[in-house]
Amino acid sequence: MTAALEAKNIIFGYGEKMVLKNISFSVAEKDFTGIIGPNGSGKSTLLKILSRSLRPGSGSVLFRGEDIFKLDTKLVASKIAIVPQEELSIFPFTVFETVLMGRAPYINRFSWESREDISIAESAMELADIKHLRDRNLDELSGGERQRVLIARALAQMPKILLLDEPTSHLDINHQFDILELIRKLNENAGITVLMVSHDINIAAKYCKELVMLKDGKIFKHGPSHEVITKEIIKEVYGVEVRLVKFAGSKTPAVLI
Amino acid sequence: MKAKVIKYSLLGIIFMLACAVAGIFIGSVKLPAADVLNILLSKIPVIGGNIPHTWQSGVEDILLKLRLPRVILGLFVGASLAVAGAVFQGLLRNPLAEPYLLGISSGAALGTALVVLLNIPFYLLFIPSIPLAAFCGGLVSMFLVYALARTRGKLPVQTLLLSGVVINFSFSAIIMLFITVSNKGLAEITFWILGSLNNANFALLPYVIGGCALIMGIIYLFANDLNVISMGEETAVYLGVAAEKVKKLMFVLTSLLTGLAVSVSGLIGFVGLIVPHIARLIAGPDHRVLLPFAAFLGAGFLVLADVLCRTLFSPVEIPIGVVTSILGGPFFLYLLKRKK
Repeated sequence: MTAALEAKNIIFGYGEKMVLKNISFSVAEKDFTGIIGPNGSGKSTLLKILSRSLRPGSGSVLFRGEDIFKLDTKLVASKIAIVPQEELSIFPFTVFETVLMGRAPYINRFSWESREDISIAESAMELADIKHLRDRNLDELSGGERQRVLIARALAQMPKILLLDEPTSHLDINHQFDILELIRKLNENAGITVLMVSHDINIAAKYCKELVMLKDGKIFKHGPSHEVITKEIIKEVYGVEVRLVKFAGSKTPAVLI
Repeated sequence: MKAKVIKYSLLGIIFMLACAVAGIFIGSVKLPAADVLNILLSKIPVIGGNIPHTWQSGVEDILLKLRLPRVILGLFVGASLAVAGAVFQGLLRNPLAEPYLLGISSGAALGTALVVLLNIPFYLLFIPSIPLAAFCGGLVSMFLVYALARTRGKLPVQTLLLSGVVINFSFSAIIMLFITVSNKGLAEITFWILGSLNNANFALLPYVIGGCALIMGIIYLFANDLNVISMGEETAVYLGVAAEKVKKLMFVLTSLLTGLAVSVSGLIGFVGLIVPHIARLIAGPDHRVLLPFAAFLGAGFLVLADVLCRTLFSPVEIPIGVVTSILGGPFFLYLLKRKK
């Protein structure tokens, strides 16, 4: 079966410094994969390449077998949606206007959003639980609310794949929980393939079915979460001794310092 | 969304027409309203022949040779500068961007001044040479500013404005040098550096009207792309907008638009700053609503400013750039402060 998303021999460097050294992995349809690793391991750079904001030095990224850098950009945007960490417009766009921009891949320059586009944006806001914020300006919102707006905009793209860059890094645990539960629901109920970068091992272990552990620009380990989160691997990658705590009903342990 | 465009466009058109009427009637010579109406009606084909010729020929001359062309010129120059400003602000994600502050206008003025001073023929291969030179000048200074301001792949606000100011000063100095050497006198310098709708080359009027309308129409097709690009270039890629291509096309189109405006009016600053901001405060940031609204507001605004120039110290006429800069300077400072 063709993978939903496949990275093939990706090499990337900033000038002399090699950041990604031959990365290859694939994400199956409807999977929920996390990319983890220490600071500087290349996880953000990798996500930037997968989301087309950087071009790899060599190698390719395939969506269902086709190179995303060669496909029509609007087509890719209707299949793969990206939720960036933060994004601020200099202009006071409202929440609704921002979410509606998620329909941009479907609108040509001679037409307006249809009734259908508007109702898709409305239901995306409902899913992300931001309907009550509809006419507020983005800069009046809290970090958690803004993150929801970006998720809603991504949902309005009606994507097959959702890429998220540290979706909970600025948030309190209650908002972390809400956002991650929302992503889990999208994955389980709507069948959206999810690929998420996180620096929080425990969050990644709890929510992701598969993990890609990066170290120094290489994949150190790729597999089911419980096989990646082990004392030995964490010692090897992060250089610290940790304790693992197992909970009843969960295959993957929690990591304690 | 469509309803919003229609609502604000109508609002803008009403404002613009009111300003145009003011521009036609206010001046040192009073024009009787009935005469103005009759003269205009008599110019309309078919029904025009039935209008009795009751006015003095002096009135007709003032209306058709002075006031009306000047008002029409003001409308198109104002609309063009406002739209160019709005587009620059969205593309560069910088609320302080506008063709004058970025130095684009001075490049266009230099191009025009060269053609005029070197007595280059009006047509070069059927293309009117003045707008062509203005366009090239604008494009050159845009590349210069871009190259000067670009640091490590980014365009920081401060360096961008500084580069614009430097280009502006240098090009203005070169214009002054050329004019001084060619013995054209101070009036000519004032015209180029401070702008004026007086003494405009009315032979260029049809090109300015046609060109500006066409370019603004094309820009409007990219209004939604501008919305997405104003959220950031990465976001634009995520949402399927070919940001690099659209940006290049917009830069060329806005240079052309600025060039056309400058070739007939000289350097008029701050219109592209003030008008889009006021338009955005009233109509919101969506470029599909904003661009036409800013165009109409800018058109009316410049005609009003021109009325002030003609009447404030009549019979002395002040350059229009003086009026717009006196209004624009504090506005710029306010925006700069608010940003911090």
